Amino acid sequence: MIGIEQYLTVAAFLFVIGIFGIFLNRKNVIVIMMSIELMLLAVNINFVAFSVHLGDLVGQVFTLFILTVAAAEAAIGLAILVVFYRNRGAIDVEDVNAMKG
Amino acid sequence: MLSNDISVILPELLLAVYAMAALMVGVYARKQEAISNLILWVTVVVFVIFGFWIGFAPEGTSTAFHEAFINDGFARFAKVTLLWGAAAVLAMSRDYLAKNGLLKFEFPVLVALATVGMMMMVSAGDLMSLYLGLELQSLALYVIAAFRRDSLRSSEAGLKYFVLGSLSSGLLLYGASLVYGFAGTTVFSGIYSVVGQEGLSLGLLFGMVFMLAGLTFKISAVPFHMWTPDVYEGSPTPVTALFATAPKMAAAALIARLLFDSFGEVVGQWQQVLVLLSFLSVFVGALAAIGQTNIKRLMAYSSIGHMGFAMMGLAAGTEQGVQAMLIYMAIYVTMNVGVFAFILNMERDGQAVTDISALSLYSKVAPGRAAALAALMFSLAGIPPLVGFFGKLYVLEAAVDAGLVWLAIAGVLASVIGAYYYLRIVYLMYFGATENTLNGRMPMLHGTLLAASSLAMIVGVVNLFGVETLAGMAAATLLN
Repeated sequence: MIGIEQYLTVAAFLFVIGIFGIFLNRKNVIVIMMSIELMLLAVNINFVAFSVHLGDLVGQVFTLFILTVAAAEAAIGLAILVVFYRNRGAIDVEDVNAMKG
Repeated sequence: MLSNDISVILPELLLAVYAMAALMVGVYARKQEAISNLILWVTVVVFVIFGFWIGFAPEGTSTAFHEAFINDGFARFAKVTLLWGAAAVLAMSRDYLAKNGLLKFEFPVLVALATVGMMMMVSAGDLMSLYLGLELQSLALYVIAAFRRDSLRSSEAGLKYFVLGSLSSGLLLYGASLVYGFAGTTVFSGIYSVVGQEGLSLGLLFGMVFMLAGLTFKISAVPFHMWTPDVYEGSPTPVTALFATAPKMAAAALIARLLFDSFGEVVGQWQQVLVLLSFLSVFVGALAAIGQTNIKRLMAYSSIGHMGFAMMGLAAGTEQGVQAMLIYMAIYVTMNVGVFAFILNMERDGQAVTDISALSLYSKVAPGRAAALAALMFSLAGIPPLVGFFGKLYVLEAAVDAGLVWLAIAGVLASVIGAYYYLRIVYLMYFGATENTLNGRMPMLHGTLLAASSLAMIVGVVNLFGVETLAGMAAATLLN
């Protein structure tokens, strides 16, 4: 029987994979965007699982909002990345270093 | 019901409609240059008018859309501060934008959209409106951080801000999902009653900490401050000025709203988190700024330290603490408007300069401006007769009254250390070496804002222009 725990475990794993994808990835900014998307989708699994578990629709409404905002966020992120590529000629994570901080 | 709801959110609704109308006008207009200029000034005027409208709205608390949106004294205080802060910054940015070929109509439109997002944030009464307001603000700010498209630094600032900002949104959302799952509702008042009846379960605690982590990123409190220096340095200066004012007020108010409206019953649980954030922020802000040579980076560390003090007020967990935080933020926004009015005009032979060493002997070039900046620096450092000192005093008093004596002592120590780098600027202006001083002119508007801000820091000691009373009333509405 698959209960709420299983869903939450999967979501937690995906979320952690997303976070590690951002911090351990040394290659390419596109992979970071994918990791961010993974984190948001993990959160969506959480919301839908809780929504079904509680018998309450609000979680699913929230999920729809997250999906919409995630799409806008990806669009803006890719646009900024294109601008960066034009100036730098590369999108490797190591090349994002004009300023040290 | 619906008409009632709409009347509550009318300012936000109208501002959003205005932003979209301005976008349409900008897209279809023939003379881009003239129309961009027009839209910028109209946006400034709209912000100022909305500030008055919201500021003089009748007292009382009203909610809309099943408490997803709360309009109370606390929200109105924050909204007036951030609207006027954004108006001042937008008005200042005009000359810089025009000089650098950045005067495009998108800029005021994006600032207007970010402002709508901030107004949503401070009025949020539900996790959904919190998230949507925050994202509307953040998405607009990511874009304007990278607004100077042909500059590597600006686009890198935008990219860094985007990646770390999205990470923080992810953390916030994960926290929100846990809070929803364990409280069974997304409405703050519902969460409040669940926490009041059943206490803070482990799931709610995790959710709260994740949400706090996501939100403290937005106010750049340590340990979520890594983005701040780079983004402040790389963004065009007017954008840096905006980052340092309105969004900080909005995010600090949002944190206060979330903690008091939904976790107000378990102050002890989040107090420790805020104490830690505040302690780390004041020290990192003070110590890391010492070695900086770029004034924008310096202001970044300065803002980290100041947000540490604002969090100290919240950490008290009392009405007095919220009042202190609001007073502190209002003073902080006013000071930063003045400082950035100056930074925007730092130039030598027509070239923008951000090196601190370029301020050497500035008092010989422009005694008036140097004196005004010196007053602001003294105020930022929190040196007694000026208003900045009273901001710190309220915060420290709230912390001491809440039993956080050691935190207050740490705050005093950090502000003594921090005084070093503010005073170094004053020292350079009056006693520095004589090479390569700035020689730019300052437009009327910037001069006025700089003078007004520094005069406010001196004259304000009389009664803080009544901000204390207003903040007290605002804090009272948040807690009841």
